Amino acid sequence: MREALDQWDFVVAAYATGIIGTLALAGWSWLAMCRAEARRDRIKRR
Amino acid sequence: MHGFANPTRFLKLARWLTPLLLGSGLVVAAIALAWGLFAVPPDRLMGDTVRILFIHVPAAWLGMGGWTAIAIASLVELVWRHPLATVAARAAAVPGAGFTAICLLTGSIWARPTWGTWWVWDGRLTSFLVLLFLYFAYIALAGAVERDGASSRIPAIFGLVGAVNVPIINRSVVWWNSLHQPPSITIGKSAIDPAFLWPLLAATIGFSLLFGGIVLARMRMLLADIQAEARLRRKAMEA
Repeated sequence: MREALDQWDFVVAAYATGIIGTLALAGWSWLAMCRAEARRDRIKRR
Repeated sequence: MHGFANPTRFLKLARWLTPLLLGSGLVVAAIALAWGLFAVPPDRLMGDTVRILFIHVPAAWLGMGGWTAIAIASLVELVWRHPLATVAARAAAVPGAGFTAICLLTGSIWARPTWGTWWVWDGRLTSFLVLLFLYFAYIALAGAVERDGASSRIPAIFGLVGAVNVPIINRSVVWWNSLHQPPSITIGKSAIDPAFLWPLLAATIGFSLLFGGIVLARMRMLLADIQAEARLRRKAMEA
């Protein structure tokens, strides 16, 4: 006999994918921006 | 608009707009997702899986919106040669690819309990997968052009040609038989119950604000890299 699918498992998996993906994109872009601007300022001061 | 094509003026604006868009986007998206998870009733047919709507639809909108932004920036680059248009097109590619991947993954997760399969090769899903590959190709092409010093018009032409896929994605569920439902929201009309429509609109606004913040952050990163390289070149010539 097949076990019924728990719908909440799919909801949680989709939310985890969306939230982790979005936060990773935002965090990575913010850190890359800070690093690039710090490098530019360092070169400017040299 | 032409005034903001000046990188100095743009940076002055982007310095306060980037954290504002990212912060407000996080707050609005978090409220919309909590609303969709805990306050919205289960759907009559799809049950609790309808809640995936509030992640999947904004991601789809931003996947297509990202390429539309690339196409518009590419057109501006080709016609008016605005210095910021090239940077804007490149900055939209990575978040566009990210949201396209999120849309495909959440759609696949949603398909399993509702359609009984993770994937079908129908018009909507296949054209959206093609969009992801177009993003990968654009990112690779832009990187190669930057590395080898080739003309920036090549990725711009690719950005315009690739835009053909956006209306194909939009009309795919009308043109071909599909397990995917037909458009629920068209201009001035909605087939979605208000109980689902309002949190969906809130989630779309929240994720769009986040997308805007991510694009601005990436534009600032690309501009800082360009300025640093220019300064290094100038110093090397002076030495």
